[in-house]
Amino acid sequence: MTMMKSLLGAAAVIAMSAAGALADGPAVIFDLGGKFDRSFNESAFNGAERWAEETGGTYREIELQNDAQREQAMRRLAEAGSNPIVMAGFSQASALEVVAPDYPDTTFVIIDGVVDAPNVQSIIFSEHEGSYLVGMMAGLASETGTVSFVGGMDIPLISRFACGYAQGAVAANPDITVIANMTGTTPAAWNDPVRGGELTRGQIGQGSDVVFAAAGGTGLGVLQTAADEGILSIGVDANQNYLHPGSVLTSMMKRVDVAVYNSFSADTIEPGIVVLGLAEDGVGYAMDEFNAELVTEDMIAAVDAAREQIIAGEIAVHNFTEDGSCPVDMQ
Amino acid sequence: MDFITILQLLDSSIRLATPLLLACLAGLFSERAGIFDIGLEGKMLAAAFFSAAIAFTSGSVWVGLLTGVAASVALSGLHGLASITFRGNQLISGVAINFLAAGMTVVIAQTWFSQGGRTPALTGDARFEEIVLPGAASRIRDIAQQSPLGQIYSELISGHSILVYISLLIVPLSWWVLYRTRFGLRLRAVGENPAAVDTAGISVVGLRYAAVIICGVLCGLAGAYLATGLSAGFVKDMSAGRGFIALAALIFAKWRPWHALGACFLFGFLDAAGNRFQNIELLTFLSLTFLLLAAVSAIMLVIRAIMLARGKDTARGLLTPGIALVVSVGLALGLDALDPEAGGIATYLNTFVLPVQFMQALPYILVVVILAGLVGKAIPPRAGGEPYVKER
Repeated sequence: MTMMKSLLGAAAVIAMSAAGALADGPAVIFDLGGKFDRSFNESAFNGAERWAEETGGTYREIELQNDAQREQAMRRLAEAGSNPIVMAGFSQASALEVVAPDYPDTTFVIIDGVVDAPNVQSIIFSEHEGSYLVGMMAGLASETGTVSFVGGMDIPLISRFACGYAQGAVAANPDITVIANMTGTTPAAWNDPVRGGELTRGQIGQGSDVVFAAAGGTGLGVLQTAADEGILSIGVDANQNYLHPGSVLTSMMKRVDVAVYNSFSADTIEPGIVVLGLAEDGVGYAMDEFNAELVTEDMIAAVDAAREQIIAGEIAVHNFTEDGSCPVDMQ
Repeated sequence: MDFITILQLLDSSIRLATPLLLACLAGLFSERAGIFDIGLEGKMLAAAFFSAAIAFTSGSVWVGLLTGVAASVALSGLHGLASITFRGNQLISGVAINFLAAGMTVVIAQTWFSQGGRTPALTGDARFEEIVLPGAASRIRDIAQQSPLGQIYSELISGHSILVYISLLIVPLSWWVLYRTRFGLRLRAVGENPAAVDTAGISVVGLRYAAVIICGVLCGLAGAYLATGLSAGFVKDMSAGRGFIALAALIFAKWRPWHALGACFLFGFLDAAGNRFQNIELLTFLSLTFLLLAAVSAIMLVIRAIMLARGKDTARGLLTPGIALVVSVGLALGLDALDPEAGGIATYLNTFVLPVQFMQALPYILVVVILAGLVGKAIPPRAGGEPYVKER
């Protein structure tokens, strides 16, 4: 009996690995934060899971453990026949530039980065527009006239969040002070909740009473400290309102899940750059039962009006990555 | 720079120094007994994970703390087994423990909680709350409204987790155990000359195991503080090199408990300053440096005064720290009072901005300076790293 079982097991393993080698399904590569970071990567994972549930299909996935694995992971998936291969995270761009020309029949999709190749689609979000909206909300909710921002790794992408947020806060209250801090300059900055909490305490000491975290796993420490100290916080990427009901004012939603879902289900993927902004519902703010009491009717009215104006082009939100500078002063 | 900012900086230093201090004292006991321990990092990590995981499942942080300490002691026992009983290489055993903990914690966390190698967020009784002493305010915004004395009381003295107070008590306790008890004398002797201890009929193996177990308990407290006090839950690699910084602090302190307190506080302070002042102007940086120098010379002055009162020092010993204190306080206040808008040297200094990378690298720069031997000769316990062989 045991013999039979192990034989059957072995046969099953061989069958599965054979199927794996011939797999033609899509694949996703998560960035260093890990697929359960309650934020960027988890959002990508949710999109992939939704596709799997709705179509009954299977997909392959790789969670990167360190930078050196990027190229290897892409090549492995491409050689195994996965198509398309979606990769979440700007840090994948340099590796993809090398890998993409070697597999002309495979379509790659990169989220948050831009790679110019005939078989790569680059999906970019207008984070500055979404951040502008939550910045307005922060400016309206602040009683002290000071709001703050905690970023993860110090890169232009995160400065885009910070700059949009600051512009929104100033639009709501021209006299407001915006404090912005970055957690660090290495990828470890995405996973350091202790430092995130300390930064938040420092900002509260400088008068901040609304803090926006765009910092992956580090953000969990920021939201925790904000809840402990009785101030408001704003989550990022996924809807994080549920983490600390009554303390998280809203979340800047970046629909990475939609991007992954669409890439998985599309029949053909056009190469080039796709920008998902407010008009495409690629970014936005989150409302649910956990923050309903914190957000007033007036705030929603003001933010929705701004949203319409941005879509219509009446308000131009400055994009930090265009010229590397921000029109609003941050401390 | 105003008063409350300095207080917040010191408050943050205390919080960040606590895990370093506990790990540093852990290393102190182990290395004083002749067992080098680079596995501090791994033991902290294992304790952080098990304390958070069990605190979450049981709902009680104390049960979590005990489990975390038990996990750390188990790894200590492993280190002891390899390096005392089987006379293996202590460095290799320590490195193995670091790797084991880094991998094991994530794998078990993934199996138990399926959240990508982290534990769920801890709330309520599953976490060490801050202890608010009677009459103190707890929230930063309320503290800012108080009088300066009230601010010191509320910000610095009150409002820490119980493990912070425990770790501060362990410093004098360690000193007393090492220098005032028979056990401490034997422990130090076994790290210097185990053959002499053996000749006196005392078990070298027993003493070394005792030291390693104490090391495990202290590392366990450090890890539990990281996961259940400083933050609310375990995340992958959350010890973030603190075990290695603690080792550097131990060398800086030349294997002495009170000095370890000073060294760890310095590292905590640099970490806190790096968090608080990103892109600092040279002017602010200089006044901060002189403030730190003033604090160090004030402590030196007090120590000299105590020694003078006991007749162990002459009055001339007070001179150097006294002059240093006056000069650095003068410079700190003078620089702080300068108006950067007014022109002259202040404007010149203010145009230099130190980048955030420099501020966050400060603790590591200090480690390099210390290990390069610039702080004087640090002589480790003589029998450190050598397994004891009874007969050759």
